Amino acid sequence: MISTDTDILSLAEAWARSGRGVALATVIETWGSAPRPVGSHLVIDDAGNFQGSVSGGCVEGAVVEEAAEVIGDGKARTLEFGVADETAWKVGLSCGGRIRVYVERIAAEKAN
Amino acid sequence: MELSILSALNAERTARRASVLVTTIESGAQRLVKASEIATDPLAEVLDKQLRMAKSAMVEVEGAQYFLTVQAPHPRIVITGAVHVSQAMAPMAKLLDLDLVIIDPRTAFATSERFPGVRLLTEWPDEAIATIGLDGYTAFVALTHDPKIDDPGLEAALRSDCFYIGALGSRKTHARRIERLAAAGFDETATGRIHAPIGLDIGAVSPAEIALAILAEIVSSLRGPRRKPA
Repeated sequence: MISTDTDILSLAEAWARSGRGVALATVIETWGSAPRPVGSHLVIDDAGNFQGSVSGGCVEGAVVEEAAEVIGDGKARTLEFGVADETAWKVGLSCGGRIRVYVERIAAEKAN
Repeated sequence: MELSILSALNAERTARRASVLVTTIESGAQRLVKASEIATDPLAEVLDKQLRMAKSAMVEVEGAQYFLTVQAPHPRIVITGAVHVSQAMAPMAKLLDLDLVIIDPRTAFATSERFPGVRLLTEWPDEAIATIGLDGYTAFVALTHDPKIDDPGLEAALRSDCFYIGALGSRKTHARRIERLAAAGFDETATGRIHAPIGLDIGAVSPAEIALAILAEIVSSLRGPRRKPA
């Protein structure tokens, strides 16, 4: 589990270095029976390719969609998913848990 | 996240050094705190606690929310001695998710029949350790009872910052060991790092019980508050 998530961070770096727009999603909080632990990562590029997992498949689609926005405007966002959350997202976790996911852009190094 | 921060995080991990990425949720501000810098960080207390548990977490300090991405190297145990106790330690270490390497130049002991699926190095400890290296996330355990094999391993461990060093043997055996190490230039502070008699005092008798006592002591050293420097 640990190795998987750390491999994702290496991949995020490699993607960013190759010039792709890259976003990193991280599970920052969980309640109830969330499928992936805090610290799990999903990396997404500007073409919609992704690796890793924040929910074992339940909400990846929504995170990938939001990641496109994050890559576009560079603003980090906190997303919340779960059956108990009625306000924002329609995509629920079938297991009944809730998760909070932080999505941020990997900013390329400034060329001087 | 700045690519430079991500690169630094990955570099620390590759080098088997612990670090914590601190993200301020409100502002998105981020900084990488290397293990060596934790003590002087404003969040030192929570960083140290999360690092000991090797767990990423959301924390709240004085009203501000921070997410801590904790990167702790995978702990491992390096043992000299492909002996009965290490045979018991191997499957237990696997359950505890601790990597295990056994060094024993005696090829009659270090066989894959006796240690299925275990990484065995049949070199002398000084050679083997030069290859695999010892660091702050390594526990070193000397189990052969043979100074020719255990001592070079212990000397290498004492020169490293292994988080745990233990050596099998009675108090009498250990007193003689300390004399030999002193002759090799290790002072009392250094030899005081060696846990001997090895393992938590649970009255262990059988090899499996001794293995349990050793592993319990290793886990306690790994997860418990850091011992204050002498």
